[in-house]
Amino acid sequence: MPVAAIKPYTGEVKDRQENFHGAQLLYVGWDQHLMFCAPFCFPFPPTMRFGDVVEKALPPAFGYHPEFAKIDWSKAQWLKSGKPWTPDFNKSLAENGLKHKDVLRFKTPGLTGIKGSST
Amino acid sequence: MSNVFIAFQTNEESRYIVEAILQDNPTAILNEQPAMVKIDVPGSMTIKRATIEEKMGRPFDLQELQIHLITISGHLDETDEEFNLSWNH
Amino acid sequence: MDMKVKKKLGLKERYGLMTRGLGWDTTYQPMDKVFPYDKFEGIKIHDWEKWEDPFRLTMDAYWKYQAEKERKLYAIIDAFAQNNGHLGVTDARYINTLKLFLTGISPLEYMAHRGFAHVGRQMRGVGPRVACQMQAIDEIRHAQTQIHSMSNYNKYYNGLHAPRHMLDRVWYLSVPKSFFDDAITAGPFEWMIAIGFSFEYVLTNLLFVPFVSGAAYNGDMGAMTFGFSAQSDEARHMTLGLECIKFLLEQDPDNLPIVQRWIDKWTWRGTRVLTLVGMMMDYMLPKRVMSWKEAWEIYFEQNGTALFNDLARYGIKVPECVNQTFEDKEHISHQAWATFYQYGAAADFHTWMPKPDEMDWLSEKYPNTFDKYYRPRFEYWAEQHKAGNRFYNNTLPMLCQVCQIPMLFTEPGDPTQICYRETDYKEEKYHFCSDHCKHIFEHEPEKYVQAWLPVHQIYQGNCFPEGTDPTAPGFEPLPAVLEYYHINHGRDNLEYEGSEDQRNFEAWRQQATKN
Repeated sequence: MPVAAIKPYTGEVKDRQENFHGAQLLYVGWDQHLMFCAPFCFPFPPTMRFGDVVEKALPPAFGYHPEFAKIDWSKAQWLKSGKPWTPDFNKSLAENGLKHKDVLRFKTPGLTGIKGSST
Repeated sequence: MSNVFIAFQTNEESRYIVEAILQDNPTAILNEQPAMVKIDVPGSMTIKRATIEEKMGRPFDLQELQIHLITISGHLDETDEEFNLSWNH
Repeated sequence: MDMKVKKKLGLKERYGLMTRGLGWDTTYQPMDKVFPYDKFEGIKIHDWEKWEDPFRLTMDAYWKYQAEKERKLYAIIDAFAQNNGHLGVTDARYINTLKLFLTGISPLEYMAHRGFAHVGRQMRGVGPRVACQMQAIDEIRHAQTQIHSMSNYNKYYNGLHAPRHMLDRVWYLSVPKSFFDDAITAGPFEWMIAIGFSFEYVLTNLLFVPFVSGAAYNGDMGAMTFGFSAQSDEARHMTLGLECIKFLLEQDPDNLPIVQRWIDKWTWRGTRVLTLVGMMMDYMLPKRVMSWKEAWEIYFEQNGTALFNDLARYGIKVPECVNQTFEDKEHISHQAWATFYQYGAAADFHTWMPKPDEMDWLSEKYPNTFDKYYRPRFEYWAEQHKAGNRFYNNTLPMLCQVCQIPMLFTEPGDPTQICYRETDYKEEKYHFCSDHCKHIFEHEPEKYVQAWLPVHQIYQGNCFPEGTDPTAPGFEPLPAVLEYYHINHGRDNLEYEGSEDQRNFEAWRQQATKN
């Protein structure tokens, strides 16, 4: 039974995509950089170019970290739902196959955080 | 064997209660912390009305413990004469 | 005492006479219609008379002792207020623990009151009904005494002005709120296991004993007294929770797997909520009685092990999540404080970095983790603050669908990597901080798809004051959200150093000690 209840009922899905006024949610985390306590949650239009996410949305979010400016994005390794994934920077989120509430992580080999502490 | 424990607020009444517990439970371990006192005893603990009355010099109802009590651990069995805490293992 | 001529009835007899034989079976309506909620969870009860209250507290005795506790409490609250007791606390950082307590815990005392009043009505046995009634009264007393005690601080300090309003809105308060909402929307027996057993027996000791002893250590007699006064009731509540478990397990062997699943679920949910208390103990008390890890070892590991060893005879096993807590106790208080520090613009209290001697205390108490994983982060932030670049994270975090905490917990076995878990249900993705939160979701997905996740609600436009137009040019979401929360930007939130609370406390203390 998908819920213990006195009679069958269906829960209201609070976060379905229609509720976000044309945006879809994308979660992004920077592995081994725990200065940011948790991955970020962004609302983006599905038509947004993936390169714009990296070039325009991520810098204000991650830019406080002294290593952020040193990232070589051509060498960054991406994971989608924990599995290796390759984005096309010139295509949109939708064209890259990203759906509502997908989660991306990126790894930046060689950048080990403040004093190598994964901060 | 696991410990049972009881903790009281530090005050003039609980001072006698603690003295009574230490007298009736020779294996008791006393632990004084800011504003509170905790007593651990391996296996089981017995709090006797008669001993507390003797220490306080006045009649005492074991349910008065409620006023000073902070916490307990173990199965409780309470009668007019005794307040018992124990584990069944 | 030899003077007594006629012996009064014994405690057991008095309790029996005052609690039993007061109920009856209805005849105009079937019992199942009068008590519609005590069967759907699958729990089988054959004999309600087997329920025992080991405290054997009757209603008359209950009023007598509760009245005595109240007299003591209010005498201290008056004395504390008359003597400007608030200026006797270690320093004004301490007062931030009270803000978290008042917004995150006191409103839940009221929810506990509602829950026990509701559940007491739904139990067809008289014994548990009486016990639930007493607990319902206790819980409303806790809400009232806490609000009374802390209202004195509200005359002088920021952030204590709108606890009830904030509970339903502020992002981190959704963590304790959703915990109680989950419990109160379950059936009556699950409520009893969730609150009566897992929360009261296994977890409240950690809140009310070492933390409240810490309040006393920091000079706050007011908080100490309401804390211990509440905890004296908790001793009775724990006994009720344990009694409930024994009763259910003795009534029918089919109850075991249901009870086990509830214990597993609520031990984990409680552990996650207590992350907030861990951070209060390790970071927010200027003087510390013991570390979170030490408190966890005494009150969860030793006490919990004794309890589970005892319940083994019924077939109850230690919840699987307990293995993860052995590792988590070394990390969660630091991870939580790092979170509040960086999201300090959206908190209803002040945050700060520990001073060098406080970092040394943390190194000593957490030799396996603090220097390696957390000190470099905290020292960097402290340096940046000194250089005028205090860290405020202004991008909203990803939350766990079940515990609603930002995804700040690390992978078991790897404290350098955030733990990600996800599942698909009916074409929608859901994310979790841990295997245990994921399992809770997967067992009842229709319940948790409804979660009111604060970050998503902000993005849906539901967390702005009425009449706000988020599409207007130059719209700034953070000030609008703070206004919706009733957090006064620049007074209630941000860094402690330089805050109005800090300045006032220092000025008033000067006045109190000089002419």
